[in-house]
Parts: sequence; structure tokens; C-alpha cells
Amino acid sequence: MKFLFAAYAATWLIHTCYMATLARRFNQLRNQIKEIAERKS
Amino acid sequence: MKRFFPIFGAITSALLAFALYEALIAAPTEQTMGNVQRIFYYHVPSAWTAFLLFSLNFMASVQYLVRRNRSSDRLANWIVIALGVITCIVAFVVKLPDGIEPSSVASTGIAAVGIYFLIRKYFAGDKLDAFAVSTAEVGVVFCTVVLVTGPLWARPVWGIWWTWDIRLTTTFVLWLIYVSYLLLRRFSNGSQTAVIASALAIFGALDVPLVYFSIWFFPTQHPQPVIGDGGSIDPRMLRVLLLNWVAFLCFALLLCWARYRLEVLRREVDETLALESLLDPRSSR
Repeated sequence: MKFLFAAYAATWLIHTCYMATLARRFNQLRNQIKEIAERKS
Repeated sequence: MKRFFPIFGAITSALLAFALYEALIAAPTEQTMGNVQRIFYYHVPSAWTAFLLFSLNFMASVQYLVRRNRSSDRLANWIVIALGVITCIVAFVVKLPDGIEPSSVASTGIAAVGIYFLIRKYFAGDKLDAFAVSTAEVGVVFCTVVLVTGPLWARPVWGIWWTWDIRLTTTFVLWLIYVSYLLLRRFSNGSQTAVIASALAIFGALDVPLVYFSIWFFPTQHPQPVIGDGGSIDPRMLRVLLLNWVAFLCFALLLCWARYRLEVLRREVDETLALESLLDPRSSR
């Protein structure tokens, strides 16, 4: 049972980590866009 | 399109939750392996999804290379159509190994041609390259799941975490090729990066059929196919397996969509910054 739990937990851990990196990259990009907009104004 | 994203996200979440319930509770317990067999409902759909994403990456990479020249693009279109027709004919004329159904080979060939022309219709130039990056990155995530869940199933069933069996080795090589593809994208800044990465992706994708068909041609430690002619899977298990695959496909589509939007946006920001630095070098960072 512990291997089954480990496999399912590992799967969702990998997917969650990837979604977190996507969110982090989106935030970085949003900040960059904000900076460009500020410079232009 | 932006409104559709949260709706599709909610549908996918509900589907994943239902598929998880089906895999852990509703699916019957396998007699010899017991509950460990339920890893199969995550391992196999993740592998299929990774193969599909790498195949999409292959098609996008081929198009990125051939569409730089009009005559090579036209030639590639005819070659793709010819390959689709040949696949359909060969599937019914040549004797295929046990477990591979001619109808599935023919329908896969037709679907591949259809997908190739769909990509051609909706993506071009930089967007085609962004699509290729997105599918490769999400494909690597799913391939990582396969490489992690596989040993977690193998340890209690085989008594070992890993063996250099042909299916396992080729899957690991496939993962390494696409990780190197992503590293190339990440650390190379030259104008030819997309071209070199596309060429690497084409070589990488050649490993996908090798991984998929390896258990038919070199039967070793990895379990033999349980679906199709040669398989003996319980229909209730098959239903749960397909349900999990649909759920993971929707999830992969969602991830690809987000990653594609990120890539397109990043390129626009880079272009703006480059333009800014050209117009006013003091403003560049």
C-alpha cells in the first residue's frame, strides 16, 4: 500500500512543482511588463 | 479564449478527481499484485500522454524546419499524405506482431496526418516554435512521472527498483534527449537555437516508436501489452484506465496551453526590450 501511496503522491508532487514554476514564471513576466509600462509612461 | 481557460480547468479538476476515485476505490483489485497494480492507472496514461506530446513536438519541429522554404513545405505535405496512405495499406497487407491490430495502426496513421495539418493551419513561424517548446516541456513532466512511478511499481512486484530492460532504457534515453532539448533552449541565445532544437527534437522523437514497440519486438522484463488482441485486461480496469487517460490528456492540454501563452508573452517582452535598447541604449538593462 505504501508504494501505491508513494506513486500517487510523487505524481501529484511533480505536477504541483511544475505548475508552481509556471506560476512563478508568469509572475516574473508580469513584473517585467509592469516595468516596461512604467518606463514608457 | 481566456474565459474558457478557468472553465476547462474546473472540468479537468473534476475529471481528475473522479478518475482518482475510480482508480483507488472503484477499480477491481488485481489478484496477484494486489493494490500495487493500481499504479498502472497513473503510469500508463502518463506514458501515453508523454508519447503524444513528443509526437506533437516532432510534427511542430518538422514544420518549423520545412516551412522556411516553400518548395520543401509543399514536398513535406505530400510526403505526410503519402506516409498516411502507406501506413493504412501496410497495416492491412503486412502481417503485424500479435497484439497490434491493423485498424489501430491505420487509424493512428490517419490521425497523425490530420494532426499534422491542424498544427499547420493554426501555428506558423515563432508560434510554431512556441508550440514545440510547450509540448516538449509538458512531455518531459509526464515522462518524469513515468520514470518515477515505474520503479515504485517494480520494487514490490519484481523485487528491484530498476533494470536495464529495453523498454526502461529507451524511455530513460527519451527523457534524457528531451531534457537536453530543454537545456539547449534555456542556455543558448543564438539566432539558430530554434533550428538546432528542432533538429534535435526530430532525432528525439525517433525514440518514441522504439519505446512503444520495444515490448513487441524484444519481450523482456517489462510486462507485455494488456490491451488489444494480445491483452487480457478486465473491462472494468480498461474503463478506469481510459478514464484516467482522458483526464490526464485534458490536464496536459491545460498545461500546454498555459506554457504556450507564457512562451508567446515572453517572446513579446524580449522583442520589446530589444527594440527599446535599439532605440535608446541607456534604457537597456
